Amino acid sequence: MSETNGSPEIKKDEPRIGVYVCHCGTNIAGYLDVNKVAEGAGALPNVVVSRDYKYMCSSMGQELIENDIKEFGLNRVVVSACSPTLHEKTFRAACSRAGMNQYQFQMANIREHCSWVTKDYAKATEKAMRIVSAATHRVARNRALEERKVTIKPATLVIGGGIAGIEAALTIANAGKKVYLLEREPSIGGRMAYFDKTFPTLDCAACILTPKMSEAANHPNIELLAYCELEELSGYLGNFKAKIRKKARYIDEDLCVGCGNCWEVCPQWRSSEAVKKRKAGVKVFHHEATISPMGSCYIPTLQAVPKLPVIEKDTCIHFKTGKCNKCLEACTLGAVNFDQQDTYRDIEVGTIIVATGTKVFDAARVKELGWGRLPNVITSQEFEILCNASGPTGGQILMENGEPPKSVAILHCVGSRDENYNVHCSRVCCMYSLKIAHLVREKLDADVFEFYIDMRTPGKGFEEFYHRVMDEGVIMIRGRGAAVSDVPFTPEEEGKLMVEAEDTLLGMRRRVPVDMVILAVGLEPQEDAMDLGRMLGVSCGMSGFFIERHPKLAPAMTMAEGIFLAGTCQGPKDIPDSVAQAGAAAGQALALMDQGEVSVEGFFAEVAEDACSGCRTCVPLCPYRAIDFITDKNVARVNPALCQACGTCVAACPSSAITGQGYSDDQLVAELDGALLPLSDLFEEPEPVGAPGGGV
Amino acid sequence: MSQEYEPKIIGFLCRWCSYMGADLAGTMRAKYVPNVIPIKVMCSGRVDPEFVLQAIKKGADGVLVAGCHPGDCHYIEGNYKTLRRMTLLSQAIKSFGIDPRRVRLEWVSAAEGDVFVKTINEFTQTIKELGPLERLSNGIVREPAAAGVAR
Ligand code: SF4
Ligand code: SF4
Repeated sequence: MSETNGSPEIKKDEPRIGVYVCHCGTNIAGYLDVNKVAEGAGALPNVVVSRDYKYMCSSMGQELIENDIKEFGLNRVVVSACSPTLHEKTFRAACSRAGMNQYQFQMANIREHCSWVTKDYAKATEKAMRIVSAATHRVARNRALEERKVTIKPATLVIGGGIAGIEAALTIANAGKKVYLLEREPSIGGRMAYFDKTFPTLDCAACILTPKMSEAANHPNIELLAYCELEELSGYLGNFKAKIRKKARYIDEDLCVGCGNCWEVCPQWRSSEAVKKRKAGVKVFHHEATISPMGSCYIPTLQAVPKLPVIEKDTCIHFKTGKCNKCLEACTLGAVNFDQQDTYRDIEVGTIIVATGTKVFDAARVKELGWGRLPNVITSQEFEILCNASGPTGGQILMENGEPPKSVAILHCVGSRDENYNVHCSRVCCMYSLKIAHLVREKLDADVFEFYIDMRTPGKGFEEFYHRVMDEGVIMIRGRGAAVSDVPFTPEEEGKLMVEAEDTLLGMRRRVPVDMVILAVGLEPQEDAMDLGRMLGVSCGMSGFFIERHPKLAPAMTMAEGIFLAGTCQGPKDIPDSVAQAGAAAGQALALMDQGEVSVEGFFAEVAEDACSGCRTCVPLCPYRAIDFITDKNVARVNPALCQACGTCVAACPSSAITGQGYSDDQLVAELDGALLPLSDLFEEPEPVGAPGGGV
Repeated sequence: MSQEYEPKIIGFLCRWCSYMGADLAGTMRAKYVPNVIPIKVMCSGRVDPEFVLQAIKKGADGVLVAGCHPGDCHYIEGNYKTLRRMTLLSQAIKSFGIDPRRVRLEWVSAAEGDVFVKTINEFTQTIKELGPLERLSNGIVREPAAAGVAR
């Protein structure tokens, strides 16, 4: 520790800075000389006290700051530690407790931006010193700011009506707040609506999902916006404005009772493949299988909520040629309306929960596994439908020729944990593969082979389920199923599908003939996740899923205030985890809404009216229309309630009349000064790198 | 000097994307050269071209401005404004006799820790090749080649 420049009599607003260099255990101290940085900081202008400490974010570390503020009369504090994303709030709060304005605090990130990324100890120390110096110079210009209050509309928009969205919506609605539950498909329920049973408890998926679906649909506080898309979003925490497009169903929702007269008479199948096969007399129940009638006029599942059909314009004969009116005639209530148009409406909400889920990996991309080419190679998703009692076979597991298979192979990690497709583990496939194995063994007397890379069963009751399935006689082969072919090498292989794999336990290649192959496809982000992310201001991570604010401490929050994440849009998850996160997201949204208003960062732009030349350059630049032009005074004025502090206008004003509070010119230029300060005065030059003994 | 010339570089990073990308590089423990000192701004649109000139004047040999990808700006389109400004700025810099390669604009998203690392390494290399800017006592900054400084 060093205490310098500490003259007791100091003018009132002269900066008195305390600098705290965190060791973060060895996360920082192991890679650079924290002592030296603290010492160097002590010699910087206006620094009254500088210390290094093991864990600044601990309560001891925070107390250290609080005590120093009181003891040394500090009015500025720099903590050089981790990313501000992590602990800026913590330290701001500590400063406030000690009576200092929190905006006179500055964080210097010497962990993520320095110790973790710099190989060379001496250079890391120097870089840290520069970062600390930049922050220290800047903080001297940090002015006291007030947080702004933003009122929060007590309503939430939940985007996505799968199990996560439904759970979040119900939690909020039960707490007495209004919820708009937006779903782009004709029915809510999401992926879970297609499952027969869920692992590891094997309860019937529909039996637990459908009551939730109808509860959501009938809840007085939930407004279901099914078959609707989010068109536009504007606003910010507390005051979001969403434009919703209600897609034309060609069914009058007020008249329709969901009797089914229309979809039962539709002669047009939606999949042309399916039509061809049906004409050729082939039973269709694999790739085109659905758990619903599959005409152009259809209902996604028989338990659909809302129970309203949709007419698919692209395939419907009426829209193509005008030659079919079967559904129109069949509907005794006159609910079919071919003239319906998309309609738009605006809603206003205070918080948003994103629960848009995932898409499953397209098995056709892995050509060598034969999906789409070899009959009886199906995906896990198709198996779910096949196994579902409302499916085309009434829940029987059948090959395309209508016979039950005598042997089944399940291939794990299709499209997951594979550099060519998705590097990430899809997390649910091991377990649902075991579930599939169990269901096959339960329904058929067939041999079941599981080809796995690792068996990942980390959830509650999962390992037990794995043992149970092994006890049921399922044969486990450790090795990725590399290829599936129908070319026989021996007479026994005739008419079979051969799965090839390297058995990594036996250390040999295996070729296993089976009747049916089930590909355990992984989970991927929705195709348009990026587009939605753009609209919301939420970024996608490396695998394409939405990024949470912090992977451990804020897994349901995003960097955008007031927007939360639930379910698999944030990353692969099973049902319990999706539901748990949905509850967390809902809880956080509720906590905000219950406060009625929240404080948001006190950063905003301000026009000095005497300096404004009235050129109006700034007015059209502001993305939030926060700048009004006061014609009679011929000056621009920023509405602080709308300003989001981006600083675009500040950088553009030719008269330098606009100040970006919190990120003002003098603060940023001071930061530059600090970053580029010749360090030799405070700091020994780092040891020369290269040959020791230093021949020139 | 036995030491290799180590350029001083300032990196203006937008808070929502590039700063997060740099954070990610950290969490990934990716290693990159230590020459760029990051300065966080709310939006790349906040980077006044004046800051870039100031940085050069105050001793930086290169300036990086990094923001969200076009279309991804947290503030809708701040980065388009940056793009326009930086294009103009690089013209202006040229007319001051400074190599425009010393100022670089890059799009780095929050997910692109690897892009961040690559950008920093590449840019530092470029500046190393250009050599340190020469600063005369009258405040004039110029390219080393113009002054005939051997590198
Ligand atoms: S850009 Fe500056 S000078 Fe022009 S109207 Fe806006 S505040 Fe006034
Ligand atoms: S800083 Fe300026 S441009 Fe940005 S939101 Fe505020 S008023 Fe609008």
